[in-house]
Parts: sequence; C-alpha cells; structure tokens
Amino acid sequence: MLRFIPILTIVLMIGPVSAGLIGTILPAFGILPALGGTTPSLEPWLALVAQPGLGASIRLSLVNGLIATFVSVAIVMLFCAAWQGTRTFHTLQRILSPILSVPHATAAFGLAFLIAPSGWFVRVVAQFTGWDRPPDVAIIHDPWGIALIAGLVAKEIPFLFLMTLSALPQADTDRTAQVTASLGYGRIAGWFKATLPRIYPQIRLPVLAVLAYSTSVVDVAIILAPTTPAPLAVRILGWLSDPDLALRFMASSAAVLQLLIVIAAMATWIAGERLVAIIGAQWAVDGNRLKRDGAVRGVSAVMALVAAGTVVLGLVVLLVWSVAGFWAFPDLLPRGFSLRLWARELDAIGNSLTTTLLIGIPAVVIAVTLVLSCLENEVRTGKQAGRRAMFLIYLPLLVPQISFMFGLQVFFSLVGLERTLVSVVLGHLVFVAPYVFLSLSEPFRALDPRYGQTALCLGASPARVFWRVRLPLLTRAVLTAAAVGLAVTVGQYLPTLLIGAGRFATVTTEAVALASGGDRRMIGIYGLFQMVLPFAGFALALMIPAVLFRHRRGMGAQNKG
Amino acid sequence: MRSKMRTFVSALALAVGLATTTLSTPAFADPAPDVGNWQSVLDQARGQTVYWHAWGGEPRINDYIAWAGEQVRERYGVEVVQVKLTDTADAVTRVLSEKTAGVDDGGAVDMIWINGENFAAMKRNDLLFGPWAEQTPNFAYVDVEGKPTVINDFTVPTDGLEAPWGMAQVSFYYDTAKLDTVPKSAQKLLEWLVKHPGRFTYPQPPNYMGSTFLKQILTELVKDPKVLQQPADETDAEATLAPLWGYLEDLQPLLWRDGQAYPQNGASMRTLLADNEVDIAFSFSSGEVSSAIEAFELPDTVRSYVFENGTLGNTNFVAIPYNASAKAGAVVLADFLMSPEAQLRKQDPKYWGADTVLAMDKLPKDMQDAFANLDLGIASLAPSERGTVLPEPHPSWMSLVETEWQKRYGVVQ
Repeated sequence: MLRFIPILTIVLMIGPVSAGLIGTILPAFGILPALGGTTPSLEPWLALVAQPGLGASIRLSLVNGLIATFVSVAIVMLFCAAWQGTRTFHTLQRILSPILSVPHATAAFGLAFLIAPSGWFVRVVAQFTGWDRPPDVAIIHDPWGIALIAGLVAKEIPFLFLMTLSALPQADTDRTAQVTASLGYGRIAGWFKATLPRIYPQIRLPVLAVLAYSTSVVDVAIILAPTTPAPLAVRILGWLSDPDLALRFMASSAAVLQLLIVIAAMATWIAGERLVAIIGAQWAVDGNRLKRDGAVRGVSAVMALVAAGTVVLGLVVLLVWSVAGFWAFPDLLPRGFSLRLWARELDAIGNSLTTTLLIGIPAVVIAVTLVLSCLENEVRTGKQAGRRAMFLIYLPLLVPQISFMFGLQVFFSLVGLERTLVSVVLGHLVFVAPYVFLSLSEPFRALDPRYGQTALCLGASPARVFWRVRLPLLTRAVLTAAAVGLAVTVGQYLPTLLIGAGRFATVTTEAVALASGGDRRMIGIYGLFQMVLPFAGFALALMIPAVLFRHRRGMGAQNKG
Repeated sequence: MRSKMRTFVSALALAVGLATTTLSTPAFADPAPDVGNWQSVLDQARGQTVYWHAWGGEPRINDYIAWAGEQVRERYGVEVVQVKLTDTADAVTRVLSEKTAGVDDGGAVDMIWINGENFAAMKRNDLLFGPWAEQTPNFAYVDVEGKPTVINDFTVPTDGLEAPWGMAQVSFYYDTAKLDTVPKSAQKLLEWLVKHPGRFTYPQPPNYMGSTFLKQILTELVKDPKVLQQPADETDAEATLAPLWGYLEDLQPLLWRDGQAYPQNGASMRTLLADNEVDIAFSFSSGEVSSAIEAFELPDTVRSYVFENGTLGNTNFVAIPYNASAKAGAVVLADFLMSPEAQLRKQDPKYWGADTVLAMDKLPKDMQDAFANLDLGIASLAPSERGTVLPEPHPSWMSLVETEWQKRYGVVQ
C-alpha cells in the first residue's frame, strides 16, 4: 500500500497540471471546437504578436521576476551569513515567521498604503513641507515596476528565510563557523565560502518556486505594477475575461507564452548559478579573509529589518484604515473612527471562515498524509531513485497558475466534477502538497536514523516505529508543514472561483470581490480576516508541541528543528 | 501518548471521509418555465436555488441583494445565493466555457447582473434563456415609454431576454470646498485642465467607466450622433472617431500622472478624489456619491453635476443563461426585483440609492407618494437636475474605441 503512495501523489500533482495545460495549448493553436476552431492554425499567435506593448509586458514579467528573486535571495543569504547564531538572528526569526501568514495581496495593499504619493510616508513628509496635495509622481504603478519588485521582495524574504532555517541544521553550520572563524575568516566570508555551497542546493527548489511565482504573479501586480502596459499575466487575465469570445484563442497562446517566460527565467537563473559557481570556486580558495565586514553586516540587518518592518507597518496602516472615518490628505490619522464595518462584517465572516476550513482541512490533511507516506516509504525502502522522481511533485509550483487553471476548469466540467467539494479540494491539493513537501522533507530526512534503528532492534514493527518514534519526534515539523499548507489553501483565489463555480465563498474570494469596490476600509478588514486562519495555524504549530512536550526537555530540543 | 495518536488517526479518518463524500450537484435538465402561466412559474420555482452572479464590490449592494433573497425565500420559497464577482465578464466567460465543455443543462450560473457589451455578446452567441422578461407581472410598471433604454440595451433590442433593474446616468462630482466653478462640457474640461494640469483622469479602458468617459466625449464631439446608433462597421468609423482622437491628443498630456498611469476602475478614481490627487471624478450614479459620503469615503462637501449638453445614460438588467439550473426561480426573483416595493428600497440611499426603472404614473398612489418622499441624499441629483440623457452608442463602438485607445495610449513605455 505504502509503495503506491508516491506514484499516487505524483499523479495527483501532474494530472491536473497536464490536463490544464492541454486545455490551454490546444486553443493556443486554434483548436477549440465549441468556438468553431477545428483546424490547427497560428492565427492566435499572430494576434498576440500584434498586441501593442507585448514586448514591454514580457520584459516586465521576465526582468522584474528575476530581479525580485535575486534581491530576495541575496538579502536572505547575506543576513544568514552575517548573523546566524546571534541574538539578532533569533529576534528576526520571531518577526519573520508570522509574516509568512500574511497573504501576498494584503502585504501589497499595506505597502501601497505606505508608499503611494498619498500614503503614510508622504503624509509624514507633508507635515513639514505643508503639502495639501499628494505629489503627482508614480511611486506605485511606476513604469519600471520597482514597487512591484519591492512588494514581492518584502513577501518572499520571510519564505526563503524559513526555508533556509530548515536547511541550516543539516549543514553543521555552527561548527563550520567555528572553524572558519578560527582560521581568521570574517563572518560573512566564512559563511559564503564554507556554508553556502552546502545550503544552496537545499533551498534551490524554493528559490525556483519564488522565481516562477514572481514572473507570473497577478494579484500583487494589479496592486503595484505599471499598467501601460501591465505585466503579461495581468493582461492574460484581462483577455480571458473579455466578452469578445475570439480573444480566448489569443489569451491561450499568451498563457503558453507565459509558461515559456517562466522557463526562460529559470534557464537564466540556472545559467547564473553556474557562473556564480565558477567564480565562487576560485574566490573560495583565494585565501582572502575579508575580516572587516562590519558595514556589510549592518546593511544586511537593516535590509532584512526594513523588509519585515514594511510588512508589519503595512498591516498597521490596514488596521487603521479598517476603523477610519473620513481620512483626508495629509492627515496622519483619520478625523474619526468607526467600528461600524467591523461589526457588520464580523456577522458575515463566520460562513466564509467555515467554508475556507471545509476546503482547507481536507486539503491539508490529505497533503500531510501523502507527503508523510512518501517520506516514510523512502526510509523503509531506502530508495534514492524515488527521491529524484519526487521532484515532479513541485511541478505545480513551477508552472504558472494562469497557464493551466482555465484549461483545468474545462477539464473538470467535462468529467462532471465541477463545483463539487472534491474537485475544489483536489484543485487546492495541487498547490498545498508541494509546499507541505517542501517544508517537511528536509526535517524528515534530517532525522537521526539511529532512533528508528534502535526501536527496530528492540523489536518494534516498522509501523510502530513510525507512529511511536518518528512521528512524535517530528511533531513540530509536521504541524509547521500543515500550517504552511493551510496558509496556501486559504490564499487560493482562482482555483476556488473557477473550479468551485462560485459555490464556495471563502475568505479570499469574498476579500477579492470586496476589494474591487475600492473602499480601503473593506480592504483593511478583509486583508486582516485573511490572516486569521494562517496565523492561528502557525500559532498552534508552535503551541501544541510546547504543551505536548512540556515535561520532556529533550523532545523540546529535537522539535526545534 | 497512545490516546493522542488515536485521536490524531480518527481525526485524519474523519477529514478524509469528509473530503471524499461528494457534495455533488447532479446536473439535471431544468425545463423552461412557461412564463405566460405565472402560477406554473411560481410552482416550478418553489424549492429552487438561484445562483446570482453579480459584481460584489459594494457592501451596500450585497446587502440589498441579500434582502431581496430573503424576500423571495419567504414569499415564494426560492433560495438566492449571490456569487460575488470582481467583473461581470467572469460570469459570461463561465457560461461560454460550459458551452465549450458541452454543459447545456445544469449550468452554474442562474442569473447575471448585466448590460451593454456583455449582453450583446451573450445575445449574439445564443447564450441567453428567453424571451421571458416582458411577460412577468411587474413588467407592467416599467417605464417603457419614458425610458426607452429599458428595452434597448446600448441600442441592442432586449427582446425580453433581460429584465430592467436600474437606471444609470453619468454624473461628475467634485469637492465644493476646493472648487468654485466646474467645467460642464468636453471642451471646457480640456480648457480647465490646461489651467489645472494633472487634476483629472479616467479609469484605464477597457474598464467600463473609462470606456464610458471616452464614449461621453465621442458623443459630444461627433458631428451627427445618430451615426453612433448603428454598428460601427456599417459607417465611416474612422471619420466618426477622428474628433475623439483629436481631443485626446490634447487631453492626454494634461492628465494625472501625465497619462502614464490610470486608476483601475471607478472606485479607485473615487479614492483619488478623496486623497486630493484629482479635483473632478465621475460615476454612473449620483446616489453612489451620497453613499460614499455616508461611508466616509468622500468628504461631505462633495456634490454632483452633469454636462450642459447632457450625459450618457443607460439601464442595467438581469438576464438568465440558456443553461441555467433554476430558470423559474430566476424569473421569480427578477420579477420581484422589478416590484414597486423592491425598486423603492433600491432608490433609497439608506440602502442603495440607484434610480428606478418604473413609471411613476403607472404606480398606485401610495407608492407614488413613497417615491416622492424619498430623501435622495446630499450629493444626489434630483430628476430635474439631470439635464438631457444621451443614448449609449452601439456596443461595436465601444470595442473599436477600446482597441484603438490601447494602440494609441495603452503603451507609454
């Protein structure tokens, strides 16, 4: 039974993605019988190429995605190198972890409310300059997409940081640091020369997932990216929802193009990795100690803090907006406060929270079960080949959602599974399972095999070893992975709306619909509502092991991960 | 420890069981209701659930829809669920993709709040159920004579495929605490902007409000407005549109952000006015402006006005897709939405503040009084203050203008 789970898992991941991709690729080449497209043609591509500003849209997606990813990775690596093992490191760890529960769109709105020409920062400046009008400059929706990059970086830093954290224990970093320090290397140089080469392979997949996301993001882009023209993914969404039916063909070819852009971004990134490896190999042995790195250490701490601080301050301004009466520029605070909207929305929120959990809990439980089974199977069979095949589980993170979601909707309609709880849960599972795998596989594989071997020697069956030894030891890792999974399912908009046909009103579908009304009070309230479940998930993941193991100091240490 | 594990396993089993229990809605053929026999419609509707796909960005409107749902549940036993959309086109797209997949019965969409381009597209592609609208009892109160747009949606005859729900007319608004005089025509707006560069913008087409602004300008500048009532390809479209592009040539560099960025929609344009980024904005309903003041979105010194030569007006409707699962329920709901009682509440800015489609002289006396006694709100225009209502151009003009605008101004980089 256990042997078949890895195959089942991969099928569950690859099946929907492939079905969706077929549903996108066929119309991209003119095949869509219901709309009269029966012969293959390049017409959709010609129409796409004729779109004004296509080059600029592609450039925005590709270049901004690469820059956002590079900046996020650079800040996280630099900060880890400079501060690992210090009190600053642990403090930031505490700030960054909860930020993981902030949805991308919420963080983006928070950022916009801070940095827009009418935002909090300019209001502070206006107190001294006496401006009564916001300056007419494009700080958000700027033509270069800098605001978009900033929004992505602020949100990806916590994710990459936590992924790095879970990889650190396996690299024996503390002792490495002692060795490099005793050889006279500066902190950063020692870390980059001796630790990074062992850490990077382990966080490579999360990095590629960030790259794929950044090159195809829609929600953050709508809030922060330029619109003349917009990045490609945003324009695809516009074409797909155009009443003009003929645009469907062109939108499909654009969705295929979006996939090619992601592939191109990854190829560029991997080429960059090679280059860095070649240069780095020489640099690592050049004997240069680079001891005076105080300034760089300071800068790295400031950058990490600014990123975390921006998100936190963004949440504060969302909270203020959510209770604001009329709030004119350049007032720092609203003229009056009102809990009116909170009162009415609290009444309504119960149902959408329940629906969110109705989808989220099965998706997370199935994902955790599948991932644990795959990993346990690895341990029992000792197979490495299966390990390589498991990379396929990440496919849904690397293929842009917009390139297969609409095809998938048609597929579910065809098999008559549309708008059922099962299909929505399956749709969510496609995105939840990879993240659960991502956060659980490293701790699971890093677990000292001698615990299990000892138990086996004492006569326990493999099943008993799993339930009584491995699972308890991994309690915190499993709960954290479940919390990550919950955060992912709560945030799903397109899969919930398209596959669920509007039958499942979750916190996120409500939030997105109400955000289209543009009232910043509602955006604030629903942005905060969206955080409730993920935040509770992460809090439980911290609290449950603490309570379970309150009398077992050794378990506490083991479960720190 | 043992008991905890057992709890974990049983919780797991429960959750897996929960997930595999299909809550599937079996696809069934919903027989077309016989609208001529109203009692049979009511009988068929009882027990049905109507999934009404409607824009969900405005809490007050969502509340109104929820109220209407409660009323039809109590009176006719019809459940109503609003599927909150960010864009009406999403519902149209869904019906289209169902047709793609061969789902000709038991579709996901039972009713759509719709008009203009979306209606024209659905009608053209035979995606609508009907005719039904003009046989419903409350259609008798509709002001077909005084408000010709209730049966002509952007010049396209409705043919009973959609029921009128509300009237809309473009009105501009500004903060009286900041401006003394306002430009009341396209030409004067341009002259005003020369003196106040950067203090006006419009949502980026193909957003509905943005395209509406372009059509407003076009209607004002075109030599013979009647041309716009015909499909664009039957006329000399280039010559017709020339004055619009000439006007935009001058206007674009004077816009907010030099025309390099635009608000996403009408709501974000309203936010710009609240933040004092622009001085003049516009909306499809002056009642909406009063409501925004009520919701603290705008200062209470904001007031509405219209252009001296008139502004575009239209009607919005509800329509039923050809493959809807609850057609009778949708017809009953649509009929209730046209009732004097529902229309009165809709016009009351306490609840919504949108104009009625009904003819006052067709209503019973007590209802006429109730409408007359409504307090329309401080920034709303009374019917006497609204000037001329200009007809919407044929939808083909909108597509043409949007495409051409995208070519000329959609790419500034």
